[in-house]
Amino acid sequence: MSGGHSHDDHHDHQGSALSPIALRVRALESLLTEKGYIDPPALDALIEYFETRVGPRNGARVVARAWSDPAYLAWLRRDATAAIASLGYSGGEGAHMVAVENTGDRHNMVVCTLCSCYPWPVLGLPPVWYKSAPYRSRAVFDPRGVLAEFGVVLPPETEIRVWDSTAEVRYLVVPMRPAGAEDWDEARLATLVTRDSMVGTGLPLVPGEAGA
Amino acid sequence: MNGGHDLGGMMGFGPIDPEPEEPVFHAEWERRMFAIEMATGAAGGWPIDEARHTHERATPTAYLSMSYYERWLASAGKRLLEHGLATAEEIASGRSLGPPAAIRGSKLLAADVAPGMATGKPYSRPTDTTPAFSVGDRVRTRNIHPAGHTRLPRYARGRIGTVERINGYMVFPDANAHGLGEDPKWNYAVSIDGAELWGPDADPATSVSLDLWEPHLEGA
Repeated sequence: MSGGHSHDDHHDHQGSALSPIALRVRALESLLTEKGYIDPPALDALIEYFETRVGPRNGARVVARAWSDPAYLAWLRRDATAAIASLGYSGGEGAHMVAVENTGDRHNMVVCTLCSCYPWPVLGLPPVWYKSAPYRSRAVFDPRGVLAEFGVVLPPETEIRVWDSTAEVRYLVVPMRPAGAEDWDEARLATLVTRDSMVGTGLPLVPGEAGA
Repeated sequence: MNGGHDLGGMMGFGPIDPEPEEPVFHAEWERRMFAIEMATGAAGGWPIDEARHTHERATPTAYLSMSYYERWLASAGKRLLEHGLATAEEIASGRSLGPPAAIRGSKLLAADVAPGMATGKPYSRPTDTTPAFSVGDRVRTRNIHPAGHTRLPRYARGRIGTVERINGYMVFPDANAHGLGEDPKWNYAVSIDGAELWGPDADPATSVSLDLWEPHLEGA
């Protein structure tokens, strides 16, 4: 499960091989376990859940369904929490979902300037850049410049709407369906949907870019 | 509070620098720290709002110099102390030096992880009140600078915006973070034009929407 990081492995190495912070985390886990507050197998299960059960492929399935099924898109607009849960994605940091659709006139982008709010059930845990000061500071002030940094250059007349996740509402951007995939089924469409396209810092792949 | 966490509009942090093919965690200690925090939160029974505020109470210098999971580690110790779940000596040594304290929440067991994580805890609460504002209303965000937790960021205070959506009657973090109970209030998505936030030099085709509670707003 843990894979890699043999220099920093939790179970197999002498304390002298661990970084100071790794030692402090290990001490904390030992203390909390000894006190009976936490159960190490539950920690293993948590790690496994967030490394294997949630991630952007969940959101990609939601977007691909929305691209393929007008009734599902209507449901997603009306009650994104329920529409997303119908595909099996629900949970913490996703109890109040809102889907925001990109159009030719408006591009949506999501940030959490105050912390790291992110829709876990559909995108998994956020990448480091999403939680870090450069993105959190500039996304609201210079969204067009931020997008350009991600390689997304939009016409100046395209409105950019930034969603600052200041409450427990979590946003999923529904990007525009790329041209050239008209006869693709949902599973194949999902391969075009990148994580960044659902945060709004990217665009979906176009047919030919995806491995499908 | 106007802490080091309230980053919207600050300058000088440099490029965003996304990492290609980024792993979920970058080191084993990050994996363990993430899981310790989740499991300790279940046992301690404190709300997410309090956990966020613990991070915010770091000095701005410390907040900005720590990595994400370093912040979690610093806050974990602070919260254990504040809830009487461990002593400073115990946290420093990693050894229990006395009996455990009673926990307000419940110990998370492995079998409960997947079902628990897949069950969202809604922040909305039942009410017989009606929202003060309607979709399309012009509102002004209050110019407030509370010493405690608030979800109204500095950059968006004292600005005129438009109610886009009524999110619901929701737990109010500004109270809940401080042990004052859930104190639910109506929450709204309020959009504010770029020029209203940043002045006449702002890109005219940009706007920001924030999810704000009624005490953050007044009629405009």
